[in-house]
Amino acid sequence: MISVKSLTKTFGRTVAVNNISFEVSKGEVLGFLGPNGAGKTTTMRMLTCYLIPDSGTATVAGCDIVEDSLEVRKHVGYLPENAPLYLDMDVVSYLEFVADVRGIPSSEKAGRIRRMVETCGLESVVGRYVGELSKGFKQRVGLAQTLIHDPEILILDEPTTGLDPSQIIEIRQLIKEIGKERTVILSTHILPEVEATCSRVLIINEGEIAASGTPEELHSVAGGEDSIYVAIKADDEGVPEKLSRISGVTAVKKVGDLDDGYIRFLLKSKDGARVGEEVFRAAVENGWTINELHRETLSLEDIFLKLTTKEKSA
Amino acid sequence: MSRTLAIFKREFASYFNSPIAYIYVTVFLGLAGWLFFKGFFLVGEASMRSFFGILPWLFLFFVPAITMRLWAEERKVGTMELLMTLPVTDTEAVMGKFLASFTFLLVSLALSLVLAVVVSALGDPDPGEIFGGYLGAVLIGAAFLAIGLFLSSLTENQIVAFIISVVTIFVLFILGDDFVLMGVPNWIAPVFSFLGLGAHYDSVSRGVIDTRDIIYYLSVVGFFLYLNVKSIESRK
Ligand SMILES: Nc1ncnc2c1ncn2[C@@H]1O[C@H](COP(=O)(O)OP(=O)(O)OP(=O)(O)O)[C@@H](O)[C@H]1O
Ligand SMILES: [Mg+2]
Repeated sequence: MISVKSLTKTFGRTVAVNNISFEVSKGEVLGFLGPNGAGKTTTMRMLTCYLIPDSGTATVAGCDIVEDSLEVRKHVGYLPENAPLYLDMDVVSYLEFVADVRGIPSSEKAGRIRRMVETCGLESVVGRYVGELSKGFKQRVGLAQTLIHDPEILILDEPTTGLDPSQIIEIRQLIKEIGKERTVILSTHILPEVEATCSRVLIINEGEIAASGTPEELHSVAGGEDSIYVAIKADDEGVPEKLSRISGVTAVKKVGDLDDGYIRFLLKSKDGARVGEEVFRAAVENGWTINELHRETLSLEDIFLKLTTKEKSA
Repeated sequence: MSRTLAIFKREFASYFNSPIAYIYVTVFLGLAGWLFFKGFFLVGEASMRSFFGILPWLFLFFVPAITMRLWAEERKVGTMELLMTLPVTDTEAVMGKFLASFTFLLVSLALSLVLAVVVSALGDPDPGEIFGGYLGAVLIGAAFLAIGLFLSSLTENQIVAFIISVVTIFVLFILGDDFVLMGVPNWIAPVFSFLGLGAHYDSVSRGVIDTRDIIYYLSVVGFFLYLNVKSIESRK
């Protein structure tokens, strides 16, 4: 649906997007994740023909973003960052304007607008001026605008920024709903958001792709080792040594003395679930007592920080 | 075409979404009427010549006031990104906005026809002169609008757009004035007198309609609309 090859965009001496390539297939919900200034917005602006890349090419719905930019824009619904809207219009005139520019025949217009009002939950604000609406409703009007021509592709730049928690959940629900039959790219800083809405993630940092994959795949990309914490009370001295002999364990560290003679160890392994069982078995064999055994997988947040700070320090 | 029309409709309607349009028109007509009748009763001649004489000076402030918002506001609020990612070409967007401001100017001028009616009731004015005067006003108004619209695309601050428009239009307007021509080298004087927006106006509004003057104004409009398209493109 979207195919991006070595896109590059510079502003003066800032390289905003540096040689980015990726593909998005039909029906995917792709999340752009990255710190401020990573190049997410710039990439989206090139895909929506607001900016022209310095080099590289991209096709959206089979059309080239430079050669065929009008066709591209017909297939895409775009919600820019902060959902800018014509504040001096009322909600319905605004949607009518977008429908007119998009060439929706007047016989269908009223029906489409009614459907948008329903889908985006705008019933209570139809007669109001856009400028008077709360941030959440502005965001909904923005979404309604992106959907009015029933596009195959949606590009949403930080659709939930600035909303309160309940609005965030509602907008996410809405995106999930409307993303069922569409290809979606959305950008965000909020990590749980990608896990909640995206089928695939692209971590962008300093204009380059730092990692890409499903949230699960990213765990292994980041060298995703699980941490297993275990607190053991034993008479023999060889506990750490025996623990490290368990297959799959890459490191054993004593992390603290607890009350009642328990000692807490931290084990690192790629296969945390099996190692947990092995630890238990070893305890039974050696007559240790265990009063704590739990496993922590690397969260997307850890991966994000790891990937985006690793590059900076290098 | 339908997309130009959609933008035109939005822009034209947005003049009337706030009281500002009504204030502009009232001030414009009030000033025009006041200045005109002041002279009218002094001279005691049933002619609109003095009205057309002051019109460019009113336009000098009135036109930038109606164009300053057109691009500057889009840039400031960020709706430019919205507009230019809809399937419209840069030319269509520029034309839609130009036509909206032009129509607004035509409406204001049409309201000033009241003056023509009053003058006709009081005396026997030359219809050719009135026609020429309005033609000149429409042409010079269109030229001012194209300049103001272009300059509005260079900034996100409406006030800045207003000021640079007034200054630019003023300079281009007096370029062909005798007063300026006296101060410049002889060889450049014909160039100035040709380029000046004012010199062409005088002959048209006297009722002397020369196609060269009409072509001149249309070229000025075309040139600044072209610059406008280029400046919108330059964001890319
Ligand atoms: N029009 C512009 N002129 C100059 N520099 C720009 C322009 N647009 C973006 N940049 C620069 O390009 C880089 C990438 O910006 P971009 O807006 O794409 O980041 P982002 O990932 O969207 O960030 P955020 O999460 O803050 O929205 C930044 O360094 C920014 O300063
Ligand atoms: Mg951004």
